[in-house]
Amino acid sequence: MFARGLKRKCADGDEDMEGALASLQRQSLLDMSLVKLQLCHMLVEPNLCRSVLIANTVRQIQEEMTQDGTWRVMAPQTAGQAPRDRLVSTEILCRAAWEQDGELPAPGSADGDAPDLVSHLCGAPSAPAPRSTQGCVWDVDGPGEDRGSLQKSLDQIFETLESKTPSSVEGLFGDMDSPYYDLDAVLTGMVGSKSARRPLPSSLFRGQGGFLQAGRPPGPA
Amino acid sequence: MLLSLPALHLQTSEYHPLFQLPHRRLGPWCSPTGSPAPLSCETGCGEGSWILVCRLLVPTQVSLLSMEEDIDTRKINNSFLRDHSYATEADIISTVEFNHTGELLATGDKGGRVVIFQREQESKNQVHRRGEYNVYSTFQSHEPEFDYLKSLEIEEKINKIRWLPQQNAAYFLLSTNDKTVKLWKVSERDKRPEGYNLKDEEGRLRDPATITTLRVPVLRPMDLMVEATPRRVFANAHTYHINSISVNSDYETYMSADDLRINLWNFEITNQSFNIVDIKPANMEELTEVITAAEFHPHHCNTFVYSSSKGTIRLCDMRASALCDRHTKFFEEPEDPSNRSFFSEIISSISDVKFSHSGRYIMTRDYLTVKVWDLNMENRPIETYQVHDYLRSKLCSLYENDCIFDKFECVWNGSDSVIMTGSYNNFFRMFDRNTKRDVTLEASRENSKPRAILKPRKVCVGGKRRKDEISVDSLDFSKKILHTAWHPSENIIAVAATNNLYIFQDKVN
Repeated sequence: MFARGLKRKCADGDEDMEGALASLQRQSLLDMSLVKLQLCHMLVEPNLCRSVLIANTVRQIQEEMTQDGTWRVMAPQTAGQAPRDRLVSTEILCRAAWEQDGELPAPGSADGDAPDLVSHLCGAPSAPAPRSTQGCVWDVDGPGEDRGSLQKSLDQIFETLESKTPSSVEGLFGDMDSPYYDLDAVLTGMVGSKSARRPLPSSLFRGQGGFLQAGRPPGPA
Repeated sequence: MLLSLPALHLQTSEYHPLFQLPHRRLGPWCSPTGSPAPLSCETGCGEGSWILVCRLLVPTQVSLLSMEEDIDTRKINNSFLRDHSYATEADIISTVEFNHTGELLATGDKGGRVVIFQREQESKNQVHRRGEYNVYSTFQSHEPEFDYLKSLEIEEKINKIRWLPQQNAAYFLLSTNDKTVKLWKVSERDKRPEGYNLKDEEGRLRDPATITTLRVPVLRPMDLMVEATPRRVFANAHTYHINSISVNSDYETYMSADDLRINLWNFEITNQSFNIVDIKPANMEELTEVITAAEFHPHHCNTFVYSSSKGTIRLCDMRASALCDRHTKFFEEPEDPSNRSFFSEIISSISDVKFSHSGRYIMTRDYLTVKVWDLNMENRPIETYQVHDYLRSKLCSLYENDCIFDKFECVWNGSDSVIMTGSYNNFFRMFDRNTKRDVTLEASRENSKPRAILKPRKVCVGGKRRKDEISVDSLDFSKKILHTAWHPSENIIAVAATNNLYIFQDKVN
């Protein structure tokens, strides 16, 4: 269980137990949220309310981690921006909806979606360039290899998160009977990655590989 | 592309095994068993003790009937009641709503069907049948669609049903799925015209040259039929998912709200609507808040409220401007720092908002509480009721399994003195605003015999579990009561538990 595992794993650390525990919880919550976001994103039209709430949770965790310095890796491409800009973007969640928007203005609505439409046609609506690559990763009509690698990488994620059983997804999102802290693998992954690199959300969501690059070090500046 | 992943599709997989139901009224359930022994109701809910009146299942096979056919539901439902073992995802009830007199009760389900129940006529020798509802009409309101342009499946699930006030012999209701609102007319027919000579038996027009006389048709009585006909289809106005519809007190307009916009419609005009709220940011990256529910004031046709995922409620006045992007009132409770966690925002997200019948109060439901707000006080609610506070320590797990995103609804009783909302494990809660007493009841077949008084349930919070208590860890989170309805004037409630509809009635009543 959690307490025992923690003791064992953190024996070498000099942080006090409570602090470590809190940061472990935070980290596993972050990991869980990122997986949820990723899965949201695979839907053509995700539940917007849920996606926004999860994204806000990630932002909150990220902000806190940035403050206490546990958020270590900075994305090269965003290095020059203010911290706020590096926070995870909701845009990715809403991609489907955002895409439709230009095509389906509310009848009689005066505000008009014309700007959206225009920017949509231009391919990169009012956003920095990296975003334009994001579409093809998830696009239904995207290249076959992308889909394949996506699936493979997702499998990798699940394997990382739950290394014991093949039914990793169930392990992660399973029923109430398995308490949250039974996600031993998550904790293992966290402890293991403490010294290692963490993916940066902006690169997570903008780069071609997104979250799937988690295992690799961030690209060169 | 839709991937069925456990994380996103929380399956309410378990259905009770059940005998085949021979009759629409579920024979054994409603058979007169004499008046049950008056059980002592220790807790005393604010509204007395409740008895199960009937349990209704949604009749199946509706989708096989075409809309053009005259559907005699009274005949259909005798033979097509759904067996539990065949119950599917499509049978799960997704909305429940009484009409304005309480004579009719409509349910919508995930399969796009609407089932209307009618209250049993009162008769002197069958007093025990008071409050019983029988199937009146069933129809397929929405069909699954596929948007080829967006490569998008549009579910047929009925998100909301709202009745229009009755103005003639026919009944009208609005039903909506994620994208399209439909206006349905439900009417009875017990006569048919006979003796036309302009058409032949098959209904084809005769050659006018062969007709030498004009015969006036006569109306002949026939078996009562209940017809449901779609009268208006309000489509193509919502980019996001419609979560609420609300009929205005002017009876001429209604609004439909999705995640980011609210539109105002006239019942007569289907190709045009007015956008009255739009919170979509120019840059979707900045999106941090969505609209979760919206409702018109019951008496003031210019006033409406909408709630958000950040736990706030905005009251808007349509007289102020065409686009109500500036609220008139803003209801928000300051956050309690002692309860702060990463889940604070998620659990404060409002899943339902309802005006009281008087129009003086607003009730909101968030994940753990129900709150009552006075329209004249914006900085905090006047009442807060804990629905299942014992889940506060379980939020991590509930986030993990996505239960934390469940959208529980809430309802007022007819006099605004009691409020009701659902919980897990087929539990639902009632709070008496005057006595401050509350009760937890269970809608389940195992634990409620017809006409017997419902036993209040208790969830054990820490310490030793008493005999009749249930521990938090053994709650079944797949059995959730999201949708309930309260009769507009009497103490009769309808509680939807997966594919079952339970009707309970106050014993004292």
